[in-house]
Amino acid sequence: MRFYKNLSIPQKQIVWAWAFLALPVLFYVVIRFYPTANAFVLSFQEWNLLGDRKFVGLENYAKLFSDPVFWKVFKNTFMYLILGTPISLVLSFIIAYHLDKVRFMHGTIRALYFLPFMTSAVAMAWVWRWFYQPVPIGVFNNFLASLGFAQIEFLSSTTNALPSVLAPAVWAGLGFQVIIFMAGLRAIPQSYYEAARIDGVSTWTVLTEITIPLLKPTIVFLVVFSSIGFLRIFDQVFNMTTNNPGGPLNSTKPLVLLIYDTAFNGFNMGYAAAQTVVLFTILLVVSLIQLRLLKDS
Amino acid sequence: MASQDIAVKASTDALFSGSSRNSRRNMGQFIRWVLLFGGGILMVMPIVFMISTSLKFPFEVYNLNLIPEEPTIENYTYVLEDGRFYGWFINSLVIAILTTVSAVFFDALVGYALCKFKFPGRYLVFIAILSTLMIPTEMLVIPWYLMSKSFGWLDTYWGIMFPGVMTAFGTFLMKQFFETVPDDFLEAARIDGLNEFQIWWQVAMPLVRPALAALAIFVFLGNWTAFIWPLIVTNSAEMYTLPVGLSSFGDEVDVAWELIMTGAAISTLPTLVVFLIFQRFIIRGVVMAGLKG
Repeated sequence: MRFYKNLSIPQKQIVWAWAFLALPVLFYVVIRFYPTANAFVLSFQEWNLLGDRKFVGLENYAKLFSDPVFWKVFKNTFMYLILGTPISLVLSFIIAYHLDKVRFMHGTIRALYFLPFMTSAVAMAWVWRWFYQPVPIGVFNNFLASLGFAQIEFLSSTTNALPSVLAPAVWAGLGFQVIIFMAGLRAIPQSYYEAARIDGVSTWTVLTEITIPLLKPTIVFLVVFSSIGFLRIFDQVFNMTTNNPGGPLNSTKPLVLLIYDTAFNGFNMGYAAAQTVVLFTILLVVSLIQLRLLKDS
Repeated sequence: MASQDIAVKASTDALFSGSSRNSRRNMGQFIRWVLLFGGGILMVMPIVFMISTSLKFPFEVYNLNLIPEEPTIENYTYVLEDGRFYGWFINSLVIAILTTVSAVFFDALVGYALCKFKFPGRYLVFIAILSTLMIPTEMLVIPWYLMSKSFGWLDTYWGIMFPGVMTAFGTFLMKQFFETVPDDFLEAARIDGLNEFQIWWQVAMPLVRPALAALAIFVFLGNWTAFIWPLIVTNSAEMYTLPVGLSSFGDEVDVAWELIMTGAAISTLPTLVVFLIFQRFIIRGVVMAGLKG
């Protein structure tokens, strides 16, 4: 205590700063940095949890890149991104753009769109899984049947299963994107619109020349946020295709599910770690592209 | 926004009072409202179907009617009877609350230290914590699992919670918000003889309360719905959280959709109710966290 009293104010600040940070720094080192390093090291090893860890160099990666299942999974992972991101962005922009111009029951409508964001992905995966069942069980097919349309195979078809699994993910995230878009729209100075109106510019031109360019930071944020989400999809796939996770015939299997299978069903820890390094690289590249785009604007 | 706002308001007013000079514009506004409202109703249909089916007897499950002809709470008594869902609910609640309290406390602590203290290494610590945002959870689950295995954390509350007791996102968010707290306030408290911890806790924290609440909402929701890590770290059914429990329950009862919908409703309704009560507040918090974070 005497020692502390003799310190100058800046020195006291240093003591306090590290008193605040000691435990958190320990946490970040032990729970974040060490495991990250461990994952990288493990990716060069072979280990089934029981024997010794054995260094195998790049063998895990070589095995991964020559595995057709990996390339199938790689393609699926990007399909979730390529379908999910534009669809959810366009839909949420259209909703936000129009909702911004509506005053009557504005709060209620906004809440309706936002409500799915508050749900649990696992619970909703089971609801949608039920919706997708064939007649007489599933809601969608029952509805089609009542209108006299042909049945659609949702989860049992190799071509339809992936978009069917994606739909609840898009649905649940839409409300968040609408809210963020509306905040972005509100931030555009009204004087721009007034100037455009005085000049007699058409609504479409206002949209493409003023609104969308000024929304660029919001758009970039949402593109990256949702892209990372779709690249990491797991809960929906795991729960909607449980009898055969990632099926039928791996047609819905994303990278995270492959990692889970390899590590916790196959106990191939080194091989799974190599897959996580690939996931890390993909996410890093996507984020770097984002930073680049942000800089340009 | 004023003039457009007034124009929109005028046209909606005209729309609902029935008299209008600018009827084409009003018609457009009306169609816009109907489509948006219809879309909103469609958005909540999965939730409505879930709740409606959880209140139906098996014979009625495959009908498309939304209001059960013979409403029953039998599914709820059946699902809750053997105590598993009750246990999972308690597990989820305890874990989500403890993790939220911890993450909000520590994220604010670290965010404040990085914002308001001058000390060597400040920038390095900030960049180090920020860089962990780049590391996906899925990359860490294998090392976390190995760690939990060797420390005996598998199948414990702590095992489920430890990865989330601090968050880089929250730290960054709180640092941003502490920037808005004037240093003069802190200096005045220092002159009054408060120590640095008291200054943080008694002076700075109350000033960022909305940000703390926004962070708490995000952390709670994230932990309440977390799936992959609890799935990996728990082995016994008693330790499952709601999402993990629901997933195994769904496999177990397979085609008893009314029971699955009941389980889904039990794990979804708490957050929905909280949302409906604090709607404005939550949406503001989400925007705040989304834009500043």
